[in-house]
Amino acid sequence: MNVMRNSDPRLHYLTPLKQTPFHPRTAAENRLNDWGPWAGYTTALSFGDTAMEHSAIRNGASVYDLCPMVKYRVTGRDAAAYLDRLTVRNASKLSVGGVHYTIWCDDAGKVIDDGTLFRLGQTDYRICCQERHLPWLLDSAIGFEVYIREETEDVAALSLQGPCAWSVLNAAGFDVADLKPFRMRSFPFDGGELMISRTGFTGDLGYELWTTPAHAIALWDHLFAAGAPWGIRPIGTHALDIARIEAGFIITNMDFIPVDQAVREDRARSPFELGLEWMVDFDKGHFTGRRALLKEKVNKSSKWALVGLDIDGNVSVEGSIIYHNGKTEVGTVTAACWSPSAKRNVALAQIRRPYHETGNLFVEVYALRELQYAKLMLPARMCERPFFAPPRRRATPPGPF
Amino acid sequence: MPSFDVIVIGGGTNGLAAAHRLQTSGRKVLVLEQAGQAGGAAVAREFAPGFRTPGLAHIANQIDSRVMSGMDLGRHGLGFVTSGLSSTALSATGDHLVLEGSAGATIRGTISDADRKNWLALRKQLLSFAEVLAPFKQLTAPRIAKRAGNEYGKLARFGLNLRMLGKADFREFLRMILINVYDVVNDELTDKRLKGLLTFDATLGSWLGPRSPNSLILLLNRLAGEGAGQRAALALPKGGMGAVADAMVKSATASGVNLRTGATVDSLLIEDDRAAGVRLANGEEVRAKIVVSAMSPKTTFLKLVGPRHLDAGFVKRIGDQKSRGAAAKLHLALKGAPDFRGADLKSRLVIAPSDDQVELAYNAVKYGEVPKRPVMEIVIPSAHEPGFAPAGHHVLSAVVQFAPHKPKAGADAARAEMLENALAMLEEHAPGIRALVTHAELLMPYDIEAQYGMVGGNWHHGELSVEQMLFLRPVAGIAQYATPIEGLWLAGAGCHPGGGISGAAGWNAAERIIREARA
Repeated sequence: MNVMRNSDPRLHYLTPLKQTPFHPRTAAENRLNDWGPWAGYTTALSFGDTAMEHSAIRNGASVYDLCPMVKYRVTGRDAAAYLDRLTVRNASKLSVGGVHYTIWCDDAGKVIDDGTLFRLGQTDYRICCQERHLPWLLDSAIGFEVYIREETEDVAALSLQGPCAWSVLNAAGFDVADLKPFRMRSFPFDGGELMISRTGFTGDLGYELWTTPAHAIALWDHLFAAGAPWGIRPIGTHALDIARIEAGFIITNMDFIPVDQAVREDRARSPFELGLEWMVDFDKGHFTGRRALLKEKVNKSSKWALVGLDIDGNVSVEGSIIYHNGKTEVGTVTAACWSPSAKRNVALAQIRRPYHETGNLFVEVYALRELQYAKLMLPARMCERPFFAPPRRRATPPGPF
Repeated sequence: MPSFDVIVIGGGTNGLAAAHRLQTSGRKVLVLEQAGQAGGAAVAREFAPGFRTPGLAHIANQIDSRVMSGMDLGRHGLGFVTSGLSSTALSATGDHLVLEGSAGATIRGTISDADRKNWLALRKQLLSFAEVLAPFKQLTAPRIAKRAGNEYGKLARFGLNLRMLGKADFREFLRMILINVYDVVNDELTDKRLKGLLTFDATLGSWLGPRSPNSLILLLNRLAGEGAGQRAALALPKGGMGAVADAMVKSATASGVNLRTGATVDSLLIEDDRAAGVRLANGEEVRAKIVVSAMSPKTTFLKLVGPRHLDAGFVKRIGDQKSRGAAAKLHLALKGAPDFRGADLKSRLVIAPSDDQVELAYNAVKYGEVPKRPVMEIVIPSAHEPGFAPAGHHVLSAVVQFAPHKPKAGADAARAEMLENALAMLEEHAPGIRALVTHAELLMPYDIEAQYGMVGGNWHHGELSVEQMLFLRPVAGIAQYATPIEGLWLAGAGCHPGGGISGAAGWNAAERIIREARA
């Protein structure tokens, strides 16, 4: 981080990826030097053992560096009205100290991105999302008294997930026993402030911890000291990806193409086509895409469905083509894994309607077995998401595991 | 308060045309006009005691034939003192060139035989292209989409007419349709006065210079218009342009249209995501199932509807719609007849010494500056008939180009500089005219915006240029008069086919509403 601060800014290309404020610690832990780019940052894909890292998410306490997540701050008198018009959910109804998952669409009702919306104050919100959207956010601000600022680099964040997450926080001196899911609370920390939200991307008990880069290292050290008895462990993106598939969560540009990036016209997807229609609030007043979405709803003109699949066997099926009756091509797997938690072979898939209702689906897999492919046509069944949903994720107060 | 089926916002030419057409289709129509008098840019006014002038438009060359006959404007008092106004390309030496007949069928003055011959050939060609394009003005712009409700019959006729040009002319049409007027006149002609006049006419009312891409199509658009029922002719209404406004008001009222002047619309009433009426500035609500806005698209969506009722991408496109005006309007009260070195004061007098001078005058506004030597079109209504000025006095009305809509020097300084430069040009061509001026008024584009509500002072409610024509007018997605708000329609000059004292956009919109909205 800040390697460029005192050098010629024109030399930025020499370091195409930035380092997060936690890099000194993650670099020391990354035994295999397994890095990947994420939103302009270098991030750990694994720290040496993905299976153990996933196990920490489900059986202990895991820490994931969230810094590359894109963050925008929306403030000003019309902040709530602005977000009501921008996103499909009712941002006015979100109470101060609350968080909700949301999406936003273009005029045609196609999804631009998903993210979480934090209401930090009456007229103060934070959007966390996967892709960058400043031009769209500014265009959407025409006619509203709002101030929009990208604050990705001003926030240092960690995700602490796992059944022991609460115990770790308790030992670290943060009392979040009564903090319910999708609520947040602030604590003084290291001479600054630490905001803890009960949110995450694992579908498990977990929290996200937000501070400024200046307190990042202190936070890491404090957490790892307090969490040692519970085997706290840093995790990389590979382990998180397994957990999020188990939880049935989708990722922009992996499970759907955001409409503003789609090159092919038919790749854009509406909330109905991503299984997100539950969050569209048609009664809150106008929002961008509302008329198009209402038309889609009334005309039942959605063309796709995003579904969960349970597949025979234990061969992971990522990227596979889906067939109806073993013959007709009807969709694609967007994410898949053998779920260690559910002990099932699961996948997220986009399926062309009406085949999301017909059943009789097969997944075509080419399994590489010692330099030779075995072509498999595996029966797949539609099933509810999440694939794995432990009650502890919602229990308040959480149990001391 | 009686109830109405339709509210028309804005009682200008297009608003009145739409109102009349809708009323005669069996709907009860209310027109709400902000000014004290309906008629918009056609309304005449007294700018100095005893001196009357056309407010903005001073020549009739675009009145839509359906409006003319459908509203029976003749019966309601519209006549013409001339339907064959000549154009004089003024020379500072008195060596004028006079174009007579529609679009200059004959030329009087010293001009080479080659130019005379080439002009006639070019004129014939331009008129044949204009003839092909003219029917487009009277239909809804087509859309490339399924179930767009395109008027395929008319479109097929257009295609046929194009083919009827013959192979050679069709090829020339394709070559020239998007070309700039500067290249065209320099390909064919050498006479500076003639080239100045043609490039001036092409860029009149636009934010383009002669060398700007696509500037020829505006000349074709002009030639596709009608004056007193004659293609490409320039006409002067009896009693001035105000007579057009008066006749339209009379006709609309006679058909049963309710007209309320002095009624400023503050906002659109939206209920269940559809138009339910309007709220006036005084708080009064008037309800109707159909609301037709003849205001600028920007005003309609950004002010009357408001961004909160619209999608973000749409609001951005409306905000980005180009609407820069570059035409200033000059009114002079004169205590005697000016002498333009012998030119006929009953002619349309054009000061555009050359094509380069027109381009140079345009250059200044690109940088928010006032041109040193503006170009202009002068009409002297008082030379045609009495009633505009006290006996022995005259009124001079001129469209002066190019005037910056956002001057760097500030509004007042730019206006003063523009007036001085315009008067200097006039003095150069009519020595002694400054001594005759008893009152001078110059409306800069921003003054026109303030008085007439035309955004940017652009008299088309949004620039008329290829990228904002047809299915891209006013912006892509709303080119067929319908808007994203059900029950709200556009009918102003910002829509296809643009402005000018025409009524075509309003009439087209009304036809579309009658066809689409079963209310």
